[in-house]
Amino acid sequence: MGYPHKPHDKETVILSEYFGDAEARSYAGWVKRGGYKALKASLEMQPAEVIEIVKSSGLRGRGGAGFPTGVKWSFMPKEKSKPHYLCCNADEAEPGTFKDREIMRWTPHALIEGCAIAQYAIQAEITYIYIRGEFTEPLRIMQAALDDAYGNGVLGDDAMGSGRRLDMYIHRGAGAYICGEETALMNSIEGQRGNPRIRPPFPAASGVFGMPTTINNVETLAAVPHIINRGPEWYKGLSLNNEKSSGTKLFSVAGHIQRPGNYEVTMGFPLGELINDLCGGMRQGRTLKACIPGGSSVPILNREETESCLLDYEGCVEMGTMLGSGGVIVFDDSADMVYQTMRLARFYAHESCAQCTQCREGTGWTVRILERILAGQGEQKDLDLLLDLADQMTGKTICVLSDSCAAVVISTIKRFRNEFEAYIAGTREPAVVAVGVG
Amino acid sequence: MADQKLVTLSIEGVEVSVPKGTMILEAAKQAGVLIPHYCYHPGLPIAGVCRMCLIEIEGTPKLQIGCATEVAQGQVVKVFGDEALKARESVLEFLLIHHPLDCPICDQAGECELQNYVFQEGRSNTRYAEYAKRFSPVEDFGADVLYVPNRCILCTRCVRFMEHVADEPVLNVSERGDRAFIGIHPDATLDHEWAGNVVDLCPVGSLISKDFLHKARAWELDRTPSVCTGCSQGCNINLDTRSDIVVRIRPRPNPEVNRHFICDTGRMHYRWMNRGDRIEAPLILRGEELQATDWDHALSEVARLVSGSSGRAVVLISPNASNEAMFLAKRLVAQFTATLAFRVERVDGEIPLSGVPGLALRAERAANVAGATALGYRDDFAAAVRAIEGASLVIVVADDLEGVSREALQKAVNTVYLGTVLPDTARGATLVLPVANTAEEDGTLVNRDGRVQRYLQAKSAPGMARPAWWILGEVLKELGRGESLFSADEAFALMAEAEGQFRGLSYANLGMHGSTMSEARV
Repeated sequence: MGYPHKPHDKETVILSEYFGDAEARSYAGWVKRGGYKALKASLEMQPAEVIEIVKSSGLRGRGGAGFPTGVKWSFMPKEKSKPHYLCCNADEAEPGTFKDREIMRWTPHALIEGCAIAQYAIQAEITYIYIRGEFTEPLRIMQAALDDAYGNGVLGDDAMGSGRRLDMYIHRGAGAYICGEETALMNSIEGQRGNPRIRPPFPAASGVFGMPTTINNVETLAAVPHIINRGPEWYKGLSLNNEKSSGTKLFSVAGHIQRPGNYEVTMGFPLGELINDLCGGMRQGRTLKACIPGGSSVPILNREETESCLLDYEGCVEMGTMLGSGGVIVFDDSADMVYQTMRLARFYAHESCAQCTQCREGTGWTVRILERILAGQGEQKDLDLLLDLADQMTGKTICVLSDSCAAVVISTIKRFRNEFEAYIAGTREPAVVAVGVG
Repeated sequence: MADQKLVTLSIEGVEVSVPKGTMILEAAKQAGVLIPHYCYHPGLPIAGVCRMCLIEIEGTPKLQIGCATEVAQGQVVKVFGDEALKARESVLEFLLIHHPLDCPICDQAGECELQNYVFQEGRSNTRYAEYAKRFSPVEDFGADVLYVPNRCILCTRCVRFMEHVADEPVLNVSERGDRAFIGIHPDATLDHEWAGNVVDLCPVGSLISKDFLHKARAWELDRTPSVCTGCSQGCNINLDTRSDIVVRIRPRPNPEVNRHFICDTGRMHYRWMNRGDRIEAPLILRGEELQATDWDHALSEVARLVSGSSGRAVVLISPNASNEAMFLAKRLVAQFTATLAFRVERVDGEIPLSGVPGLALRAERAANVAGATALGYRDDFAAAVRAIEGASLVIVVADDLEGVSREALQKAVNTVYLGTVLPDTARGATLVLPVANTAEEDGTLVNRDGRVQRYLQAKSAPGMARPAWWILGEVLKELGRGESLFSADEAFALMAEAEGQFRGLSYANLGMHGSTMSEARV
C-alpha cells in the first residue's frame, strides 16, 4: 500500500507507486518519474483516438457506478457548438473511502495529467477539480501542483507546446456529502445549493452552466496516463476474474483489521485475501463477522460472502453487493450490527439534501426506529416497517442517497436479523445511544 | 401548435395525442386523469422533488415522475396501478409524519392538496405513532404572508416563484434532511408586489394570508369568476364570498392575460365591494331634498327628462363601468349633441411580474378604459365639466364627482346620477339611481390589449340597487326605443349589433377567458 508501509507482494502497484515519495509531488520530480509523457503523446493524437484507446482499455468509473469511461467520453457532442467542461469529482466523501485523498496528496500531477488528457479528448475548454471541503492538505498540494503545471507550460494557452489552450481550476466544496453526486456537484460549482438534478438532461447534453460536461472520479482520471503510456492491451490484461473489469483498483480498507490503509490490487482480487493477507487479518483473538466492500452505500456481506467475494464489478454483484468506490469496511465479532446500521442511517439522514420526500423523511424515520430498537423499546413489527420504508426509499428519488440508506438497512436485516431480534426480545442489553446526534 | 409533431399514448386506457415534449402529467389532464402532485405547477419551472406523481410506464422497470417524464409514442401509462398507488401512499405517509394534522384550525382545510390526496390515496392510520413531531414556530414573512413550517411539505413552489417568476430570490430551502425549512433572507420581507401569489401556490396551509386568516372555511365560500378592476391589465380573478360578503380575491388562470397570478394590489382590492353606506333606493329631488321613490316612478321620470329635451347632453362615466352600461348610456343620449367622457387615475410606473411577459400592475388604475374608448368616450374630464353648463341633460355613472361643485352641476337643466354611494355634489342631481357594483352584476370589460372579458355577479346588490345596464335598458323601453333587458347577455348582444368593434362577439363565444376585439373583426 505504499505509504506508510512498503507495498505487499500481492499488490499491483501502479497508481500508488509513488505514495510516500514526496519528490513526486513537484513538477520536476513528476517529470523525472515519466510524468507528462502521456499528455504530450495524447496532444499529438486526434481526440477521438484518445477516446478509442480508453474505450478499448476497459477502464470503468472508479467513483462507484462503474460506467465505461471511454463510452462516457464518447457521449460528448462531436460537433462543438458550445463550450465543453470536464469535472473531476474529488469530493471523496463516501464513508469508508480514502483513496482519492492519497492520490491527490502524493501524486497531484498524475491527476492533473489525467484531467488534461480527458479534457483534450472531450474537447473541453475548462476542467473543474471539485475537492471536498475537509481535504485541506490535498487542496494545498493540488493547488501548488496546478500552479506548477501552469508555470511549466503544461496548462495555459499553449499546453505543452501543442498550441492548444487547456485551463484547469480547483473548486473547493463546503463539506456536503451530496455534492459528490455528479449533478449536485455541478450545481455546487455553479454556486447553487448542492441539490441533485433530475435527469434527463444528462450531463453530456447539459451539465455545468448548461453546457456539455463529462464528470469523472479522481482514480479514473489518474489511471488514464498509464493507459496512454502502456497501451490499452496492457490495461485490459490486468484482470483476474471477469474481462469486463480490467486494470487495478485502490481499496481503502478500514475497520477491525491489523493494517488499515490503501491497497492497490488487480481487478478480481479475492476480498478474503485482501483482508487476511494484505491487511494482516483481524485484530488479535477476533474473527471476521461482516464486510462492506465498496463504501457505506453498498450492501453488507457476511463472513462467508466476504471470503468468497472477488473484487471486481461482476464479482461483487454476484455476492449481492457492489464494488462501489472501493471503501472496504471490516467488522469483527465484537461489532454490534444494529448499532452500525443506525450509525450509517444517521449519516444519510444528516446528509439528505431534503429535496425528495422519501429521502428527507424516510432517512430520519429509519434512524428513529433503529434508535428505539437499540434502546430496547423496539417491537417485532418495527423490522417489517424498516423493510417497508426501505422498499419505498428505493428507486423512487432523484439520486441514490435514499437507496443507499435503504441498502444498508435491507442488507443488514437480511444477514443479521437475529441481532435486531435480540434487542427486541430483550435478550440483549439496551445500548447507550446519544439520541438525535447527527 | 399545428406544425408540432403529435405523440399518441394511452393513459389509464384513454388514448390521447399531445405535442411532442409534453410531460405525462399534462397529457394525463387531457385524458381526464389527474395525477396527484405537489411540487409541479404549470406556472413554475419543474422541480421533480415531491415524488408524488410517480406513475407506471409499461416496459420501464422503475416508477417515473409524471411531471418530468416526456410522452413517447405508444407509451402505456398506468396512474392507478398497484405499485404507483403504493408509492404515492408511502409519499403521503412520509409527508404526514411531521405534519401537525391541525386541519380543524387551518385556513387551507377544504382546499388542501395534502388533505385531498390523503383522503384519496393515503393510509387511514400512521405508523409514526411513537415519535415526537418536529416543531417550529410560525414565522411572519412580512406583507400578507405567514409561514407555518410545521405544515410545510417543502414542495419549493414558493421558492421557485420568488426566484424564477418574481425574480426576487429571497426564499430558499434552509438546512438539510428532515430539518429543512423554507428560509427567508434575514433582511427581506415578502413585500414584492407579486409575492402574495406564494399563498395561492402553497398546496398546503404552510403559507397563509394574514388578511384571510380565520375569516372563513373553504367550504363556506362561493366562488365567482370575475375580472380585477385594479388596473387596465384585466387579470382574471375569482371573488370568494361568504354570506354575500367578498372575503378574498384569488387569481383565476388565464394563459392570455395573467397566467396563474395576480398582484397584491389587486388581491386586496375588494373592501369597496362590501361598503355599507350604499344608496339603496331611487331618489328624486323634491324642492331642496332628495326623496326616496320606487323604480317605476324613477324610470318614467328619467324617460320624461330625456324625451322632453334636446340640445346638448353630457355622459360622465366611470372607466370601471361595464361596456353594456357605457353602450346604453351612449344610446340614451343619441338624440343630443353629446359629450361622452371619463377620467382615470394614473400613477407613475408599472410593476411587472418579470417571469410573465406582458403582465404588470399597470399605471392606468381602471379596468375598462379600452372599452370606454372603443365606445366613443374620451379621457377628458375637463371637457365634460365645461359642457355641463347649459346642457339639457347630464348623466353621471359611478363617477364620484370629486372636483365638481353642486352649483356647477346644477348649471345643467337636469342631472341623473347613477351611483353606488352618494357624494355630496350628487345631492344636487334631479334623480339619483342606485346601481350595483362590479361584484353585484354581470358585465364585460375590455383590457388594455383589447380583450373583452366577462365578469359574473358574486353577491346581491343592496336594497333596490340594480345593474346600470338594466336601468338604462328600462329607460330606453319607457322611451319606446327597446325592450326590457333580462340579462347582461342581451345588453351585450345589442352592443355587438351596433358597435363595429364588438361585432361577432357574444357571451357564449367570449367564454370565461374572453377574446380580443380585433379577433372578432377578422
